[in-house]
Amino acid sequence: MTLVTPLKQRALESFDPRLVRRDFPIFERNPGLVFLDSGASAQKPAVVIDAVAEFFRNDYANVHRGVYRLSARSTELYEDAREAARHFLNAADAREIVFVRGATEGINLVAQSHGRRHVRAGDEILVTELEHHSNIVPWQLLCSEKGARLRVLPIDDRGEVRLEELDGLLGPRTRIVAVSHVSNSLGTVLPVAEISRRARAAGAIVVVDGAQAAPHVPVDVQALGCDFYVFSGHKVYGPTGAGALWGRLPLLEAMPPWQGGGDMILSVRFDATTYRDPPHKFEAGTPDILGVLGLGAALDWIAAKGVDRLAAHEGSLLARATRTIGALPGVRIVGTARDKAAILSFVVQGIHAHDVGTALDLDGIAVRTGHHCTQPAMDRFGLEATVRASFGAYSTERDVDALAAGLERARAVLGPGR
Amino acid sequence: MTLDAKTLYRDTVLDHGNRPRNEGPLPGATHEATVDNPLCGDRVTVRLRADDAGRLLEVRFEARGCLIARASASLLTELAAGRTREEALALARALDDLVEAAAPPLDAGALEPLRGVREFPARKACATLAWKALERALAR
Repeated sequence: MTLVTPLKQRALESFDPRLVRRDFPIFERNPGLVFLDSGASAQKPAVVIDAVAEFFRNDYANVHRGVYRLSARSTELYEDAREAARHFLNAADAREIVFVRGATEGINLVAQSHGRRHVRAGDEILVTELEHHSNIVPWQLLCSEKGARLRVLPIDDRGEVRLEELDGLLGPRTRIVAVSHVSNSLGTVLPVAEISRRARAAGAIVVVDGAQAAPHVPVDVQALGCDFYVFSGHKVYGPTGAGALWGRLPLLEAMPPWQGGGDMILSVRFDATTYRDPPHKFEAGTPDILGVLGLGAALDWIAAKGVDRLAAHEGSLLARATRTIGALPGVRIVGTARDKAAILSFVVQGIHAHDVGTALDLDGIAVRTGHHCTQPAMDRFGLEATVRASFGAYSTERDVDALAAGLERARAVLGPGR
Repeated sequence: MTLDAKTLYRDTVLDHGNRPRNEGPLPGATHEATVDNPLCGDRVTVRLRADDAGRLLEVRFEARGCLIARASASLLTELAAGRTREEALALARALDDLVEAAAPPLDAGALEPLRGVREFPARKACATLAWKALERALAR
């Protein structure tokens, strides 16, 4: 069972997508912009931009360091953002939230700190065929370093993981299972709760890449039953440079320090240094304060709009786009899982994705083209590249219709035989 | 200058992209190189057969990727065949100037169809890929 399906049935009478769009200054300044690449990075609402600017104007000071009022204020704002992240994920304890640069850094942190300690020669790490490179390469590096084996849970022609093969891939040597919550190239919502249950029963820990899920589906790490969850601030309408790693407190407490430096220590002497408890143990040096504050403001904005209402809005756009784009001659949708979020990948017969992208760009339509950092998933479908349209809170039906019209124009100019 | 699709996808470019010339393997090739664009996955292989004097008798290509990469490779094979090594390298530099230079040549001759690439920075690497393969092949 998934988290998304029941929410689509809720009425949207108190939620107006056009009002949401007005929260984002970039659309006022770029009226012709049809932005369909939120999957790469999301636009920022004025409250986030203002929060960052106000912080620089009124409250700026380094965090966790000074005894003066400004420093206390900035520290309070920083830790408020940590609590906002805890609430966003329904984590039990704010000490379980580590601020990192983004999902990629969070996964690397787990691989290097937890992974290096617990993975030995002959052990196994399991990923899926649709993972983003950021949830493949850190594990490959770890396997290579330790003499461990990377195993892959395959997907079917719809882009759903073959759950029936999972038990056969789990065994006494499986230490880590790393899966996406939502596929960034196919849009598949993975059955993370079920995967977690079986993985943990086999004695493995579960690391979930939530980079593409956090903006689009409600996340409840208690319900998911995983051990680690990462997401990136810039995809949930926050600035670049900050994201969060959630980890179960006992695991974080047992993990060795990752980056060494100021702020993560209790005391430093040349003969012995002692370290702080989580989360500060994993936050060395001056953090990306503006990134974290912006992330906090973004999560507050999402909470005010309602994660479930945003998800339902995007769900109806995805349905509209699947219908209209999928009906265009020569267009084939890639990624047809029964449960999807906010992402439509497709190919156009006889026209390379990059050429489609350039043609759409000339109409003011921004989509992503290429392998989307999921080369194994593309290989699985025998493709070099797809065109990917992805939706955000500010996306509208007009965006979908503009995309359809743009594709028809692209086919007219670029179609084979021209 | 207002941009539209025809700025980049001129008739000649579409023609070479959709009906490329000299595409396929080259048995008996004396020089070969493959260049990838890791950002987009485009890949072009250029093979040529040169005589002892360094004249390019035959030039063929294979490509995986977008229309611009294919069109540019196809144009290359037509323009480089029959040239000396030095002339072929000069063509590669001319293409680079046309696409990248702040002050491009006023008349790029047979390379003119690719002038539109200047207005599409994200596609420059597609246009130059085959020519980088040619340079690499001739460097060996």
